Amino acid sequence: MTLLELSVGQIALVDGISDSVHGPGLVSRLAAMGIVPNKPIQLLRKAALGGPLHLRIGSTTEIAMRRSEARLVRINMEG
Amino acid sequence: MSHCQPATVQPSRVGVQKRIALLGQPNTGKSTFFNRLTQSNAAIANWPGLTVDLFQARVQWSGETVEVVDLPGIYDLNGFSDDEQVVRRFLETYAVNAVVVVLNATQIDRQMRLLLQVKSLGIPTVAVLNLADEAKRYGVQYDAQALSDRLGIPIQPISAKYGTGCQRAIATITHTVEHSAEAVTVPHLNAVLAAHPIPEAEIETLLRGVVQMPSLTARTITHTIDGVMLHPLFGLPIFFASMFGVFWLIWTVGLPSADPVDAVTGWFQTAILEPVLSVAPQLVQDLVLNGIWAGFAALLSFVPLVAIFFVVMGLLEGSGYLSRAAYLMDALMGRLGLDGRAFVLQMMGFGCNVPAIMGTRVMRSRGMRLLSMLVIPFSLCSARLQVFVFILAAVFPNRQGAIALFCLYVMSFVSAFTLAALLSRFDYFQSRDPFVLELPPYRLPTIQQVLLRVWGEMKEFVTRLSIFMVIGSSLIWFLTSFPQGSTGLDTFAGQLGGLFQPLMEPLGINPFLTVSLIIGFVAKEVQIAALTVLYGLNNHAMAVELGQTLTTAQGLSYCLFSLLYIPCLTTLGAIWSESKSWRYTAIAVIVPLVTAWLLSFLFYQGITRLPWAV
Repeated sequence: MTLLELSVGQIALVDGISDSVHGPGLVSRLAAMGIVPNKPIQLLRKAALGGPLHLRIGSTTEIAMRRSEARLVRINMEG
Repeated sequence: MSHCQPATVQPSRVGVQKRIALLGQPNTGKSTFFNRLTQSNAAIANWPGLTVDLFQARVQWSGETVEVVDLPGIYDLNGFSDDEQVVRRFLETYAVNAVVVVLNATQIDRQMRLLLQVKSLGIPTVAVLNLADEAKRYGVQYDAQALSDRLGIPIQPISAKYGTGCQRAIATITHTVEHSAEAVTVPHLNAVLAAHPIPEAEIETLLRGVVQMPSLTARTITHTIDGVMLHPLFGLPIFFASMFGVFWLIWTVGLPSADPVDAVTGWFQTAILEPVLSVAPQLVQDLVLNGIWAGFAALLSFVPLVAIFFVVMGLLEGSGYLSRAAYLMDALMGRLGLDGRAFVLQMMGFGCNVPAIMGTRVMRSRGMRLLSMLVIPFSLCSARLQVFVFILAAVFPNRQGAIALFCLYVMSFVSAFTLAALLSRFDYFQSRDPFVLELPPYRLPTIQQVLLRVWGEMKEFVTRLSIFMVIGSSLIWFLTSFPQGSTGLDTFAGQLGGLFQPLMEPLGINPFLTVSLIIGFVAKEVQIAALTVLYGLNNHAMAVELGQTLTTAQGLSYCLFSLLYIPCLTTLGAIWSESKSWRYTAIAVIVPLVTAWLLSFLFYQGITRLPWAV
């Protein structure tokens, strides 16, 4: 499943990032943000009107990500 | 193994023996540490071959002059964003004796990658772990000494904000620089990085046992505040309320702040400049007073406004709320090729466009930034408001002028956003950055941080724009005073207006109004003064005259054209100095002119064809 399918409050583990749309640019930027395989990622909230997702990566990094990009992040549910 | 090539520091700077560069991710307090390191005497400088200006300062360390350069904040050395390219280009072109990597201690787990990338280049490196105080609050535990031993790089935990540990960190840096005799560049930086991939496992091994991150679900005060500020229902109303507050502040405190400056420059002119110049020929007096000095005085009158703007901007940015604004407004702004920060600046442009243009620096993608700078001048600033209030009062009976004014505000927003939506399709304005925005924890900027920033901006504003303003204002003086002895439509400006008149006629704009638009390029509020000179009437008599000679449609068309037609001289100066491109500055003149003409044409031709035409 992808990050977009996560419900608010849930924590999942990153599986991988598709470079099909943005190429390696997205993969390296997300890696710099800490989004690398097996990293825990939590959906904190979604902005109104189809706006971005508010995510927590690991325990101390928080980012906003557009839904179009969240669709490209594959995740595994923990446990 | 080193991939560096020895090179000399000299070619770009005279008198500098050594150079170091500060590198780090955004939101790490890198610039705060830079100020600590250089005792805050930095200046912005242009580096040939780079698309952005960099802060730099010279310091004396052990008898050597060392240049310290603050590179833009980047997430990744091999990334694709504009700033990442700038940093790579810098390290490839300009030799450095050492690199100081500033890391956010709170996020040490993910920021380690950048440090390892820098290490792989082989340049002597020092790491400072900033925000040590914040890391402690978060419960991040680390053994800096053990980490330093594993990496073979000196690591100093500090708090740049409060100064803790800075002495020791600076001593480590000076020591490293002292022992780095040779300055080096890294040619083919991308190839070097590609040859040294950094697997996640390497970082894990490095951190194991020496870094302890807090629990995944730990809650901080930031989460509590975000629960309110980013609330799906209340988030946007809170945002609009705070924007209104900002707008109100600029309006009630910022705009009147020009008056005392005008009083001082006015006094200087009558008490000193005029007596001194009285011995000079009349022509020289006129040139100095109405050209050079007028331009410089106009520039100075913006200084307090720029200061207040950057206090507000500094608070918004430093507190972390500006990133939240981007999050909240992205659903709308993303479709326009902009983001929420552009919205904040567009709002601030309603006070004055100039600082809003300077504020676009928070957008790190050049394409998005250029697009934002192009539409900010459509914001109905206070100077244009003065013009509209006067004209609308003259051409509208009773209170309908207020409705017309409201429509102009709506037009301001609609035309800015429509143009952004259209132009964002062009590659030139496209953002190469994926929209992944860090939301840093809420922080309280110190007064010192804010004041330092404001002081720097004021200094830059005056030094950069002086030449631009003086030349522009002298040019307008020349156009409106020659041929000698001519007035009104006989001057060069008047003749120029005559030249444009065939174009302006279909908009319902008469020759006097056309000339006032040419003069209004200096500063929009001068339009009315120009009209009184052209008509040879006082304000009141002219209002009556305009009311009798202009139809409502003509008055409205003039207002619409004035709203959109061209950024004022100071705004254009800011656009030029921020974009560093004459081509873009030309675009910033042409696009609004075309937009203004088309809309006024459609409006005037449309409304005069209506059966109940006015």
